[in-house]
Amino acid sequence: MKGMAADKENGLAEGKETKKKKVVRYERVPMPKQEPEVRRHNFNEVAFGYTEELARDEADRCLQCKKRPCTEGCPVNVDIPEFIAAVKEGRFEEAVRILKRKNSLPGICGRVCPQEVQCESRCTLGKKGTPVAIGRLERFCADWALANRDRVESVEKAPPTGKRVAVVGSGPAGLTAASDLALLGHHVTIFEALHAAGGVLVYGIPEFRLPKHIVQAEVEYVKSLGVELVLDFVVGRAATVDELLAEYDAVFLGTGAGLPMFLNIPGENLNGIYSANEFLTRVNLMKAYLFPEYDTPVKVGRRVAVIGGGNVAMDASRCALRLGAEEVYIVYRRSRAEMPARLEEVENAEEEGVHFRFLTNPVRFIGDERDWVKAMECIEMELGEPDASGRRRPVPKPGSEFVMEVDTVIVSLGTTPNPLIAQTTPGLETTRRGTLVADEATGKTTKKRVWAGGDIVTGAATVISAMGAGRRASRSIDAFLRGLEDF
Amino acid sequence: MYGIVEKEQLAPNVIHFKIEAPAVARKARPGQFVILRADEKGERIPMSLAGWDPARGTIDITFLVVGTSTRKLSLLNPGEGVLNVAGPFGRPTEVEHYGEVVCAAGCFGVGAMLPVAAALKEKGNRVVAVMEGRSKAFLFWEDRLRAVSDELVVATGDGSLGRKGWANDVIVDLVNAGRRIDRVIAVGCTFMMMECSKATRAHGIPTVVSLTPIMVDGTGMCGCCRVQVGGQTRFACVDGPEFDGHQVDWDLLISKQKSYLDEELRSLNLWERANWHKLMAR
Repeated sequence: MKGMAADKENGLAEGKETKKKKVVRYERVPMPKQEPEVRRHNFNEVAFGYTEELARDEADRCLQCKKRPCTEGCPVNVDIPEFIAAVKEGRFEEAVRILKRKNSLPGICGRVCPQEVQCESRCTLGKKGTPVAIGRLERFCADWALANRDRVESVEKAPPTGKRVAVVGSGPAGLTAASDLALLGHHVTIFEALHAAGGVLVYGIPEFRLPKHIVQAEVEYVKSLGVELVLDFVVGRAATVDELLAEYDAVFLGTGAGLPMFLNIPGENLNGIYSANEFLTRVNLMKAYLFPEYDTPVKVGRRVAVIGGGNVAMDASRCALRLGAEEVYIVYRRSRAEMPARLEEVENAEEEGVHFRFLTNPVRFIGDERDWVKAMECIEMELGEPDASGRRRPVPKPGSEFVMEVDTVIVSLGTTPNPLIAQTTPGLETTRRGTLVADEATGKTTKKRVWAGGDIVTGAATVISAMGAGRRASRSIDAFLRGLEDF
Repeated sequence: MYGIVEKEQLAPNVIHFKIEAPAVARKARPGQFVILRADEKGERIPMSLAGWDPARGTIDITFLVVGTSTRKLSLLNPGEGVLNVAGPFGRPTEVEHYGEVVCAAGCFGVGAMLPVAAALKEKGNRVVAVMEGRSKAFLFWEDRLRAVSDELVVATGDGSLGRKGWANDVIVDLVNAGRRIDRVIAVGCTFMMMECSKATRAHGIPTVVSLTPIMVDGTGMCGCCRVQVGGQTRFACVDGPEFDGHQVDWDLLISKQKSYLDEELRSLNLWERANWHKLMAR
């Protein structure tokens, strides 16, 4: 009933466009995927993406409702109904143009955004059935643009302003801020510490979820807007923020949350125990899954435990399977309901054969005579009163200790910002958690002419929220550079 | 691409490169390191800075050829380049006026010791440089080390030059001779630094070592280089590379350095089979 009322409100039942009443389709068009049994042995992308026919068919489900609730669910406010209408009509160039107006990295967002809690969660169709597969359609457009580069007209750039902006970090926040500022006519230089641009998109998210050629293509697009990219450059070491301020009119800090957290329990430094960051960096950035063709190795034993319940833990467990582990366990101290990972990623991991041990927490690691981990002592947990995060606090059950045999452990407890920039920049205030203090609406830090956004401000979060922060900061930087806004 | 401007074979399997890396050269301090990657498929390898010239924009490194990555690097020549050089990383050496300081350098560590000894001497310390090698043929840059110290003592494992023995033996000699030592800095292979730390421990001489565990990114992101120092977990890349030698868990460090031995051997074996002609051309 509620759904019906909503339909009326949105003017759906009237069927203005066609004489025939539009048939509402509640089930989305499935996206072809590799079978779990096949994909657990390779690093190729899991989902193949929609074909033109499938995309047009799915786009046809969109009700084009007047209220456009989906756009409000999008941190960068993509004009979702418009681009979907263009897809439906087969005007793909137009769809790409509409997307890129608000989002410079659609190929990435279409793959890794948590659409189920953003745009798709607001979709009118979701009230009675499954929401329109907005993420899949976005991905389709981005892939189409990549395959038909010559047909996509370039986005219009504002005339040069002569102002210079330094962007520190080339992850989602930095790439978004850089492309926005370049479109607004400013000269932008991105400084990246690693040898490849993309930040977490290249070192963290695995190839089978986000192929690196897609990231590369999006980075090339940002460069095509005139953004200069300096690799191998560690701000805080090779130059301080103050030194950048001497050469640039504004600085945007998007250095992410790169410092891994550990459990701080006995035996954690044994061989065979990785942080998820190390494990994933070896596999993704250094391409250890192609060892020995590539020089960087990674060691995965027979029984692997991944500690944690976030998306990174899912990524690590699925990489471990693909690298030949016989059994992979996600060990999480709360229950399934509290897991922060996206539902789709949990399902993918389960389909591929990852086991889950809920309400379990390691208390110490046991090594062999060569200092390699051979087992992990765990304790069972139960859920108590809700804690500060609103989730029920896990409490150890006394006497429930047991030993799990494992020969590889991947610790995936989250990350905190790298303190290097805060330590080397006077005037930049940090919180107790080590994140930078910055205004949420503008990204302004406590230091004049310095903005920040993404995980360095929020702590580890999502790609799209970092992009949203990059977008808001670029608006504020632009207003400042044009003299419309004070710092 | 970072151009190689000079290359010299210093000893068997020890190479010196002078590389164009102006951003690093501008900021480098004694005790810091860079991360290099030879080519698109290469590892990121940490290497201590053996010198730098801000005016020319160059840095110096001395390294031991041990695995595929260092072998690939060693085959590059002036006019060619290293794909990536990033840095300077790590905390610089603490340079204060301590008094009498022993700078013990082993093998490829002689390079990294030069700027450290020079800075200590400039600060007014009396620097006793100790140099060790398996044999005379493995020693290099005695002249350079002599130039930045007040005294140079040489030790070789086979006695072919200087005292027969190792740097730790020289330290014990000095102590036995009644010489006052206020501080020891050891740079070399892990075993050598461990032995030096053991030698000074009994005498309560503060000892600093420059650890070189396996690293991946070098910026504090991965934790691969974590070492146990005084019961605490520390990251060599950002908390180090220099630590109190008396507090380091050496057994754990040595076992960690061997953790990829199988893979390293396999990689090198395959690489040599595919690239034997390059080795012949040398």
